[in-house]
Amino acid sequence: MAMDPYRPLDFLELDDQFSEDERMVRDTVRSWVSERWMPLVMKHWEAGTFPSELTPELAELGVFGPTLPEQYGCAGLNSVAYGLICQELERGDSGLRSFVSVQGSLVMYPIYAYGSEEQKKKYLPKLAAGELIGCFGLTEPDAGSNPGGMTTVARQDSSGYVLNGRKMWITNGTNSDIAIVWAKLDDVIRGFIVPSDSKGFSAPEQKHKWSLRASITSELVLEDVRVGAEALLPNAKGLSGPLGCLTQARYGIAWGGVGAAMACFDEALRYSKERIVFDKPLAGFQIPQKKLADIATDISMAQLLALRLGRLKDQGRMKHWHVSMAKRNNVAMALNAARVLRDMLGANGITLEYHTGRHMCNLESVYTYEGTHDIHTLAIGQALTDIPAYR
Amino acid sequence: MKIIACIKRVPTTDLQPRVAADGKSLDAAGVQYMTSFYDEIAVEEAIKQKEKHGGEVTVLTIGSAEASKEVREALAKGADKGVILVDNAWGGRDPLATAKTLAGKITELGADLVLLGRVGTDRDNASVGPMLAALLGWACVTDVVGLELGDGKGTARREADAGTETYAFALPAVITCQKDLNEPRYAGLKGIMAAKKKPLEESPCPPATSQVEIEKLALPPARKAGRIVGEGAAAVPALIDALRNEAKIL
Repeated sequence: MAMDPYRPLDFLELDDQFSEDERMVRDTVRSWVSERWMPLVMKHWEAGTFPSELTPELAELGVFGPTLPEQYGCAGLNSVAYGLICQELERGDSGLRSFVSVQGSLVMYPIYAYGSEEQKKKYLPKLAAGELIGCFGLTEPDAGSNPGGMTTVARQDSSGYVLNGRKMWITNGTNSDIAIVWAKLDDVIRGFIVPSDSKGFSAPEQKHKWSLRASITSELVLEDVRVGAEALLPNAKGLSGPLGCLTQARYGIAWGGVGAAMACFDEALRYSKERIVFDKPLAGFQIPQKKLADIATDISMAQLLALRLGRLKDQGRMKHWHVSMAKRNNVAMALNAARVLRDMLGANGITLEYHTGRHMCNLESVYTYEGTHDIHTLAIGQALTDIPAYR
Repeated sequence: MKIIACIKRVPTTDLQPRVAADGKSLDAAGVQYMTSFYDEIAVEEAIKQKEKHGGEVTVLTIGSAEASKEVREALAKGADKGVILVDNAWGGRDPLATAKTLAGKITELGADLVLLGRVGTDRDNASVGPMLAALLGWACVTDVVGLELGDGKGTARREADAGTETYAFALPAVITCQKDLNEPRYAGLKGIMAAKKKPLEESPCPPATSQVEIEKLALPPARKAGRIVGEGAAAVPALIDALRNEAKIL
């Protein structure tokens, strides 16, 4: 942290709203991102690869499923600390935060929340230690915002289940050891833990993305994939299972958006103070100052929203529409901030030497995944009016 | 083995310092703190030696109660207990006053090995370690880049101008740590949670009786702006001329 040029915005002096250990968690992850991730991100983003060699370090830090109990090899942190982890990881790159979100919220959480004790003991310690990497298969080519429309099916046979179907836009798919696959069994959505070396399972990588390039995105293809009876998550039946996981992941995204915006703001503020135009710093002109004032205000409000959401979650009072408001607002805020701040970097801002353009491209995905901006609008609308307007 | 790692809370090295109104101290507004860089190496070495030989690591500091942040970080990395000798005027202590207070506490706690950073990154005195060893009457090796401990004794390597020196010494000893000794670990999140349950003692510290006091603090003069004399090979004569006649360094 000492040599770190990154100066996180804390305009409202919110630092004292966090406990000492929450701050320590944040600062530890912040230092790791500065020292270990930042030197690699440009190369990997450009190449379209994820630096898997850092997975053991992430596990050693303890960022996989950090809110789950110590008995499963996890840290037992509160939700605010987890939010701060997501904020700091997404300061590095949305792809990094996605990698960690999927492992923790979409793979470890469903096993913890819906799995048997044997499943928890078998998988959670190895997932926490990064010895196993997981992915989450819900979305399909023709079922995105309407996951209930999925066509992946499971059929029971004498030895277990047989799965058939296709999943799309699966983070970590190609580099996973297990997949949490959601499929209809007798027309009810159920979750299955599918080893990626199962016969009939393949996960071709989706190439040619211009967003989340430092993150692996895949398709999952399941052709008569046989799993044992022990693969079924016993305690999830219906859409509430996968949606419960997504609420956890979206919670992290609400904080992550703040981190991405803080990264862009820091870069543009620094640049505008150093860049001399017409014999004075860019920051000395009124239009750049208005942009900085607007974005600093937006970030500060998003920080407050995330903090309040986290405190509600730790008190057991968080509702899914609270998460919708925070995800929707904070990601839209970050995307707007990245666009405005990229403009402030001028032509330099279009190169990968600067981070803001990379965040801007990444945030287009974050805006769309885990419940699109528009779907969250309708979730809030339904909470306000009691009238669902999805269809 | 009982190991004590002494740490100091110092302003972060990216601080843009401002002199306070009294002209003798730094303006505390907006100052962020961290464990002095070399003291982090001392903490890491203490934990590594404990992991190798067993025993207990105590982290000791003189400072305000806010130093609990830095002490907890060391506990999160693997130290076993923390002690803060609370002195809100810690920043004004001279090295001898610091060493005397540390020696008193170390005598009370008992130790086989005391590790410190080779220098505090705020004041750059590099004095507390050797003074502490002298007060305790223990062996001392400074600027250590390699440390091996055995039964009641150890060897330490240090880089000197002429080459590498290896010293043998008997325990107890005081070692000051140079940067190549190890690579400090991150405090893992599980460690941070575990640190909450580890003992952290805060005890009052006798007031400092420093023999030297800061009379005046001034920032270095601002650097003059540079000048580009030209570009390419054609500019070399002008550059040489400027170095010879303006800068007078040739």
